[in-house]
Amino acid sequence: MATTATPRRSIRWSRYEGYLFITPLFVGMIAFIFIPIIVSLIMSFTKWDIVTPPEFIGVKNFIQLLTGDRMFWKVLGNTLRYVVLSIPLSVTIPLVLAVLLNQKVPGVTFYRIAFFLPLVTSVVAVGLLWRWMYDSDFGLINYLLKSIGLQGQKWLSDPNLAMPSVVFATVWQGLGYNIIIYLAGLQGIPDHLYEAATIDGANDLQKFFRITIPMLTPQIFFVLVISFIGGFQSFGLIYVMTQGGPVNSTNVYVYYLWQTAIGSAKMGYASAMAWILTLIMFAATFVQVRVSKYWVHY
Amino acid sequence: MSRTLTAAPPSAAAPRWQMSLRTATRIKKTIITAILIVLSIAALFPFYWMISGSLKTEFEAFQFPPTIIPQEPTLENYQGLTRDLPFGLFYLNTLKIAGLSVLGQLITSSLAGYAFARLDFPGRDKLFLVVLSTMMVPAITTIIPLYILVYQINWVNTHYPLIVPTMLGSAYGTFLLRQYMLSLPKDLEDAARIDGCNTFQVYYKIALPLMKPALATLGLFTFMGQWNDFFGPLIFVDKIDLYTVQLGANLAQGQWYTDQPRLMAGSVMITLPVLLVFIFLQRYFVRGVNLTGIQG
Repeated sequence: MATTATPRRSIRWSRYEGYLFITPLFVGMIAFIFIPIIVSLIMSFTKWDIVTPPEFIGVKNFIQLLTGDRMFWKVLGNTLRYVVLSIPLSVTIPLVLAVLLNQKVPGVTFYRIAFFLPLVTSVVAVGLLWRWMYDSDFGLINYLLKSIGLQGQKWLSDPNLAMPSVVFATVWQGLGYNIIIYLAGLQGIPDHLYEAATIDGANDLQKFFRITIPMLTPQIFFVLVISFIGGFQSFGLIYVMTQGGPVNSTNVYVYYLWQTAIGSAKMGYASAMAWILTLIMFAATFVQVRVSKYWVHY
Repeated sequence: MSRTLTAAPPSAAAPRWQMSLRTATRIKKTIITAILIVLSIAALFPFYWMISGSLKTEFEAFQFPPTIIPQEPTLENYQGLTRDLPFGLFYLNTLKIAGLSVLGQLITSSLAGYAFARLDFPGRDKLFLVVLSTMMVPAITTIIPLYILVYQINWVNTHYPLIVPTMLGSAYGTFLLRQYMLSLPKDLEDAARIDGCNTFQVYYKIALPLMKPALATLGLFTFMGQWNDFFGPLIFVDKIDLYTVQLGANLAQGQWYTDQPRLMAGSVMITLPVLLVFIFLQRYFVRGVNLTGIQG
């Protein structure tokens, strides 16, 4: 080893060299993550509008949120609706697409790019595009519906349809990410499992349900958790497409949080909301990790 | 289910049966190809609609039934948008933010990733766990204190709050580069040490060039993240001279809410650069997404 040739002093010093390498990263983490987390926790117990000094009010923000704020419960309900609508689609559609893409057929690169492109498109572009396609008078979707004899809908201005419409655009945008996760999983399934099943006379559907799905449960589980976490933090598409409307039917958690913090300058109240969100996410991840033990085959 | 049909004993693998199996595979592949073609066209069609919409006159865009191919293609929407809004400036701002972020991110994360993979220092593994645990914290928890911090150090209406935090690395980048480093053999680094390189020289001359594919992935992710970021600029910037392309397109929506062709032109303008980058660097992108999945 080369180190034996170097003087003793520098051996001792070299044990701490690593700290120099991680210093820039930790400066960033301390300034922009650790301190803000602590500050955010403290702020959640205050009333603060930035202009006047903060006032300590104990757990009043949390009590107000949980017992006195109807809007809070409404946006929580909307967010759950968003998650419940989007998860089945974003777990299953990419799964089927990934299985198809994993076949050795010509032109696979092209199809992959087709499904990945929405992923690298910004929420602003996706939002503007889908708002135009959903247009009730001149939009493409109503045109397609009418041309097969169905009735056009007011996709984004009907309170009952606005949320599913936004969800569909989100699912389209996120297809690629989940496909990539599934494809990696599919490539890890050993061929001999399928060969053995073929010899035993299994058909393609049986192979899909008896081999592919059980072998992919870690990925399915990951997609589930990621979709839940992503769904609870959705903001951009809602901002661009509906601004939380009509009549707050698409007002979701982070959108309301943003309105509270930036719109109404209620910093303490918004911080309390952020912490409740953080707790919901931890709890959900914890539950999913626990439950997954029973059905995820690693 | 066709159980009786498929349950043929393995001994039935006679030449004739094999022939039909091969034909069956070919038919299956044709069907899969057909399905994939239809679905990928369906997935791509919205992009076509964006582009064709951006080339229509306002008169044509508000016709029913809509025209699939623009009848009188025009660049008027692009010209109007760039005349009424300083889009050139928005591009420069976004390039500056994304470029500096990528540069800083690569340096900071590769230094840390290298240290966590190769250097032995007290508390290393615990510190790495601390780094990883920050990925669990939702961005929304830190954004309000950051907003106030930015207010108090007078960074409002500068690009600093968009650039500096990203320049100082990320848990994801550190994780990605550490994993990549761990997958490489140490021989070259050992040889460099014998030749008298110090730790920083080993990192700079040996490790950094070896990490190139992973650096490309991280650079691509950082670039796309910054180019497409909407929440950050929305919160930290409200002077039009400092707008990014995303804010610019959003502003266009505010000003010409019903002028759909013009908004489609805006969408194309903010999407095209990142699509081109993506198509060329697709491979690195897929690798990067997979790395987010591994922790799952």
